[in-house]
Amino acid sequence: MATLHTVNKSPFEMNSFDTCLGLAKSGSSILLIEDGVYAATTGHSIADKIKNTSGISFYVLGPDLQARGLENKLADGIKVVDYDGFVDLAAEHSTVQAWL
Amino acid sequence: MKFSIQINEGPYQHQASDTAYQFTKAALAKGHEIFRVFFYHDGVNNATRLAIPPQDDRNVTEQWMALQKEHDLDLVVCIAAAQRRGLLDENEAKRQGKDANNIAEGFRISGLGQLIEAGIEADRLLVFGA
Amino acid sequence: MAEVKKFMYLNRKAPYGTIYALESLEVVLIGAAFDQDVSLAFIGDGVYQLTKGQNTAGIGMKSFSPVYMALGDYEVNKIYVEKESLEERGLTLDDLQHLVWEDEDEDYAEKDSIRLVSRAELADVLNEQDITLSF
Repeated sequence: MATLHTVNKSPFEMNSFDTCLGLAKSGSSILLIEDGVYAATTGHSIADKIKNTSGISFYVLGPDLQARGLENKLADGIKVVDYDGFVDLAAEHSTVQAWL
Repeated sequence: MKFSIQINEGPYQHQASDTAYQFTKAALAKGHEIFRVFFYHDGVNNATRLAIPPQDDRNVTEQWMALQKEHDLDLVVCIAAAQRRGLLDENEAKRQGKDANNIAEGFRISGLGQLIEAGIEADRLLVFGA
Repeated sequence: MAEVKKFMYLNRKAPYGTIYALESLEVVLIGAAFDQDVSLAFIGDGVYQLTKGQNTAGIGMKSFSPVYMALGDYEVNKIYVEKESLEERGLTLDDLQHLVWEDEDEDYAEKDSIRLVSRAELADVLNEQDITLSF
């Protein structure tokens, strides 16, 4: 039973990303959407956290990255998906948990 | 796949309703079914008939109305949350002795049980909020 | 509706500053009638929802704290509280309301509804859920 976790808050604003990361089981996925995409950028401690996390697949919603002008600051190891990809991820995982 | 969607925030204030709308649109285009979209907390404000947002940007309520019409979506507004925030349909307004109603076409007011049912009947339930 | 699903109510926000705590509780009460496998999780600031001695007279709001005490009567008795969240906030189980339920299979013996779990244990619980409602 692999869970898709969604995080929509900036890791610098709220602890949602941290909390989610602390509770996500190996084999699950985390999709960063809305302001959550800031966690997918380079040059800060969150990027290191993501790099050092094994067993979890990281995704980011491309349109939200583009909206915020961050496409060139995307960290390694995070796969970009569009809304179609979001739907596919939701269908492929057994459940979706939102970390608001 | 059957999806149910929960939206916790009102239009414009948060991106929740927009993201939910884009997801719903994409899911329908892929041939999935949307069992229900349930509006809770300030999400009920997505259902107002009276909003006049600037013309050069999206009209969140009308987007939902158009999608609802095209796909016969079940857009449900929680009655408890709606009463708290002053979203009334014609029947509710009459029942409560209010001099106006403001629900947009395509949305229906119902109880929280509809949210639970949406979770039970669908394959996946997604929550969009803040 | 033959299949029973595991419903998890995720509570991460403090009470009174926003409406999420109150309105999520309202879903739990209505949801109780659907005979699903219900759990509540209090994580982060969500643990503040369960503290004792909430006196809201001064802020002019109704306290909904007593409602947590009634959850047992609605057969909502799997209430997970994350240990680390309590510790980070300088709280212990003693600071929280004592929530109980009566097990009719054991002569209505009174049992604790709150399950104090570590982050790792809670991760396992969350991983078993079919539907997660977040507020």
